Amino acid sequence: MSSHEHGSEHSHDHDHDHAHGDDDLLAEVFEGGPPDDYEVLEIALRELLFDKGVITPAELKAKITEWDGKSPENGARLVARAWVDPDFKQRLKDDFYSAATELDIDTAGPKLVALESDDDVHHVFVCTLCSCYPRAVLGIPPEWYKSKEYRSRVVVDPRGVLEEFGTTLPDSVDVRVTDNTAENRYFIIPKRPEGTDGMSEEELAKLVTRDSIIGVTEALKPG
Amino acid sequence: MSEETSNRGQHDIGGLNVDSLIDKSEHRLSLSERRVDAMMNLLFAPDRKIFNIDEMRNAIESLPSDLYEKYNYYERWTLAMEKLLIGKGIMTAEEIAAKVTEIRARLREAGISA
Amino acid sequence: MSTDPLPQRFRVGDPVRVKPEFRPGHLRTPWYIRGKVGVVDGTIGNYWNPETSAEGGDGKPDRMVYHVCFKQTDLWPDYHGKNSDELIVDIQDHWLDAASMEEVKAGNLS
Repeated sequence: MSSHEHGSEHSHDHDHDHAHGDDDLLAEVFEGGPPDDYEVLEIALRELLFDKGVITPAELKAKITEWDGKSPENGARLVARAWVDPDFKQRLKDDFYSAATELDIDTAGPKLVALESDDDVHHVFVCTLCSCYPRAVLGIPPEWYKSKEYRSRVVVDPRGVLEEFGTTLPDSVDVRVTDNTAENRYFIIPKRPEGTDGMSEEELAKLVTRDSIIGVTEALKPG
Repeated sequence: MSEETSNRGQHDIGGLNVDSLIDKSEHRLSLSERRVDAMMNLLFAPDRKIFNIDEMRNAIESLPSDLYEKYNYYERWTLAMEKLLIGKGIMTAEEIAAKVTEIRARLREAGISA
Repeated sequence: MSTDPLPQRFRVGDPVRVKPEFRPGHLRTPWYIRGKVGVVDGTIGNYWNPETSAEGGDGKPDRMVYHVCFKQTDLWPDYHGKNSDELIVDIQDHWLDAASMEEVKAGNLS
């Protein structure tokens, strides 16, 4: 029997609330009761991959930590900068990767394409075929984004879906849905809300939610 | 057209299912799910490419429809990963079965029945 | 064997028809758009072909992915929204045939 790095951890970790410290990432801790068949299969595949040298525990922990560290915060910062700096906004549209590096945000991976919502057009995106998502700037997608209901309905009834998210658009605004079927990813710059003149980028970023970058909502109003 | 319609992928659902509301509740992914996500991403990453992203998606899309319907997103990913790793000769079904048995025994000894 | 990208057959503004093909396989052109007419709205870049890549190949030669724009009222018989609402789908070059502006004006639901 081969030894595994996590082998010494499992016997004491399972009673604790795991704190997601680095060592805990490979622990055999199961929320809500004993592990089901898929959780056991995950362990089996992982241990075999380690045994066969296909991936290492360190690599896996680093990848989990990397994804855990990605949140909509970076997306919000990019939007706030785009709102205050029209030249930056254009650079974001022309070459997202390079523009994002100006804020020390690394978007390496699938090419990101920025779409801008304004007084005339409200953008929203979806991946009807799977769950393509701008992870580099938003992190892991929410369940609903990956759901059958969202993926099937937003292309045929975008205004109805927006209503479900509490978003009512004036009649003057067109809705444009983009179905992300290819290897690039989308990022929506929501319309800058009224009453935000003079706000700092930091304050503006707080108005930018994940859902407004997907396009199911608008950015938050100030105050 | 009915033969053609049967060629519609079970994942290819744009425009269908028009009467169901969206469940907007959020939950943090479990540690197990986060591991599946990370493992899959490592395996199809360009610098490793045990399989590519299209093989990954194809493996998920071509799961038997009863399994596809029954299991959730990461459960499907785990099944697809198993299928791909066996298909690429990285491991065998027998090795996986033996490992699962070993793990269940270990978890039982640790007081986590499985 | 050349691995240059395939020639880019369409430009922004061109009317195009998505091929009315309904074959099995890992196809990244959604069912709801097959056979429909729209207008090229933009280009994203040359990418490999996921259909062959899904069989373990490299997907070469690369070919252009276009933003193709469709009118919503033209796709769905009971569309609830404005006549000016649109749907953009990323579609690869080999899935498109040239169409005419007359076909675009006539629409997909007539």
